[in-house]
Amino acid sequence: MQSPTDHLNELASQDYKYGFVTDIESDSVPPGLNEDVIKKISAIKEEPEWLLEWRLKAYEHWLKMTEPRWPKVDYPEVDFQSMVYYSSPKAKKELQSLDEVDPDLLETFDKLGISLDEQKRLSGVAVDAVFDSVSVATTFKDKLSELGIIFCSFSEAVREHPDLVKKYLGSVVPYSDNFYATLNSAVFSDGSFCYIPKGVRSPMELSTYFRINAANTGQFERTLIVADEDSYVSYLEGCTAPMRDENQLHAAVVELVALDNAQIKYSTVQNWYPGDENGKGGIYNFVTKRGACRGSDSKISWTQVETGSAITWKYPSCILQGDNSVGEFYSVALTKNYQQADTGTKMVHIGKNTRSTIISKGISAGRGQNSYRGLVKINKGAEGARNFSQCDSMLMGDRCGAHTFPYIEINNPTAQVEHEASTSKIGEDQIFYLRQRGISTEDAISMIVNGFCKEVFRELPMEFAVEAQKLLSISLEGSVG
Amino acid sequence: MLEIKELQAKVEDTQILKGISLQVNPGEVHAVMGPNGSGKSTLGKVIAGHEDYLVTGGSVAYKGKDLLDMEPEDRACEGVFLAFQYPVEIPGVGNNYFLRTALNSIRKYRGEEELDAFDFLELAREKADLVELDRSLLDRPVNEGFSGGEKKRNEVFQMAVLEPTLAVLDETDSGLDIDALKAVADGVNSMRGPDRGFIVITHYQRLLEYIVPDYVHVLHDGRIIKSGGKELALELEEKGYTWIEEEAANPAS
Ligand SMILES: Nc1ncnc2c1ncn2[C@@H]1O[C@H](COP(=O)(O)OP(=O)(O)OP(=O)(O)O)[C@@H](O)[C@H]1O
Ligand SMILES: [Mg+2]
Repeated sequence: MQSPTDHLNELASQDYKYGFVTDIESDSVPPGLNEDVIKKISAIKEEPEWLLEWRLKAYEHWLKMTEPRWPKVDYPEVDFQSMVYYSSPKAKKELQSLDEVDPDLLETFDKLGISLDEQKRLSGVAVDAVFDSVSVATTFKDKLSELGIIFCSFSEAVREHPDLVKKYLGSVVPYSDNFYATLNSAVFSDGSFCYIPKGVRSPMELSTYFRINAANTGQFERTLIVADEDSYVSYLEGCTAPMRDENQLHAAVVELVALDNAQIKYSTVQNWYPGDENGKGGIYNFVTKRGACRGSDSKISWTQVETGSAITWKYPSCILQGDNSVGEFYSVALTKNYQQADTGTKMVHIGKNTRSTIISKGISAGRGQNSYRGLVKINKGAEGARNFSQCDSMLMGDRCGAHTFPYIEINNPTAQVEHEASTSKIGEDQIFYLRQRGISTEDAISMIVNGFCKEVFRELPMEFAVEAQKLLSISLEGSVG
Repeated sequence: MLEIKELQAKVEDTQILKGISLQVNPGEVHAVMGPNGSGKSTLGKVIAGHEDYLVTGGSVAYKGKDLLDMEPEDRACEGVFLAFQYPVEIPGVGNNYFLRTALNSIRKYRGEEELDAFDFLELAREKADLVELDRSLLDRPVNEGFSGGEKKRNEVFQMAVLEPTLAVLDETDSGLDIDALKAVADGVNSMRGPDRGFIVITHYQRLLEYIVPDYVHVLHDGRIIKSGGKELALELEEKGYTWIEEEAANPAS
């Protein structure tokens, strides 16, 4: 008979079903990073001069920076000169419609469950599909543009809406922000851009699906979402990568701007290849995500379900500038095998009566290491600011770890800040209780874990929530002896 | 239906069950009494298959099969039910959802059709009313924030839905008010029948006025030291356990 502890320690050798490679010809720049590579990327994309200058400024700054070592993650030094900074599937000509997209690419996204064929898609979700360094297709563009919503690849936005891009690019995450954001600013290749005009509620979920395919290639995309006054958008992000033995770097930047009374809901299901059960391979996911609640009564919610990547290092944050603005962070992070996650949020309260909520659920299995790191900062002028944080960790088995690093800085005496934290072992008594009622160990574990994450899952859009639960169960599937 | 022979079990390094023999036939209700720490809950958990308890001797046959050889969930699917002395809380998991999953995995094991959410809800409501469990508890997370009495009722409610062949009730009466006690007893009595056996663990004769047992056993220090009819419970209520312990220690006198 296998004890639950053995079973939990075994939760490991699960197949990563997105690990296939698409055999497709690609255009890429030679490995390594220097000014010429940056100029070449900018030239391929036919970028305006100001953007190239911005990239070069970032690069110059980056050369003076060192890789941060404060996160509680361990990995060998990244060799930035062996990496390829730009790779795109070879396109024969300028695409006029989806019919002209390479069928291999369409098939790849079909296999990932992302049909780019608008006719076949469930209505209600518009998708921008990013393959390695470029956006290959954006669906429902016409329908959205009737409402004045701009949803397109970043490259297209630079061409078609340069004023908007120029106004907001780097306004939340400046090019000098941190090592990886600065690197991204120098070499970013594509990503999604989204603008919701005044008074418009986006009638469908907007989503970007990121896929890394080419070997040895870093993915550096940028997402910029601007919600003008009184607007609303719900945005989803998903990602996968092939199984490869070497580590690959994903260093994205996401900037959100919410003006007066606008609301942005940003949901991520991150399932980059986590490496195998011995810790070989996997994506280094070093991402900077930040939202500015610039207007009064604006609101930004981050919801993330992080099950993939060898290493995750990300802190989706909210800068609460507008009075009465609201920031929320809901997170589930699962680490198993040798995965490491150092994730959390920053809530910076600047405006009056600003409110923030942080709900973080960390699950560690195998030899996984899971850290919550969060900052709540109440500035001097933030009269009546309130924060509630709850960080719960669940340990499965006895070889994993959970760590919590809450930082609280309060500079206004009227602030109310509450922090609750708990660490529990997944209860063998809970598992036994469920098994006594006829439920298998695997189902019992998945039920307990899903229950543990309930407060986060209910923040996800319906379809995504179902996906997330399935993903979590699959990630936890082990071989029952 | 259940035949326990010379059962011995230990937890960590302590021997707790030191040779227990007990036979339960279909239709019978056996009460098990005995002082704190004598091994009553341990017996229940060994029957249910808890892995903390290592069986070091003896055997347990259930419907002619070796019960000790089966996984806990398979025992449940074969109709073994344990109402826990201390039911655990499972945060975030709805009571209804949990119980439907349980019922359907049992039905699946038996080759029966699974119940959909609507049919299940109908069944759940009927059984909740039977044991007078507040219907609002069906939507709440399993046992989370339930009062002591509500947890016990929830155990009996689950039993009523899962309709086991052998039910072990571990101090299901503890912490219940008089009305709750009657409701629980009514629930159990309504399930008594020629095909079903019960082991009712209790400290109180009062419960046995409502659920009248066919046999009463006294467990002491890991052994059954006395068995009798329902009158034995009355005698225990009056005189406590000491006289039996002495009798067991000095069988000659
Ligand atoms: N997991 C365990 N680890 C260590 N000791 C245990 C464990 N489980 C039970 N025991 C010990 O075994 C003995 C019998 O416990 P058990 O719970 O079976 O008693 P009980 O008869 O049900 O008592 P009560 O009437 O108080 O419920 C006790 O001394 C208890 O401390
Ligand atoms: Mg007990």
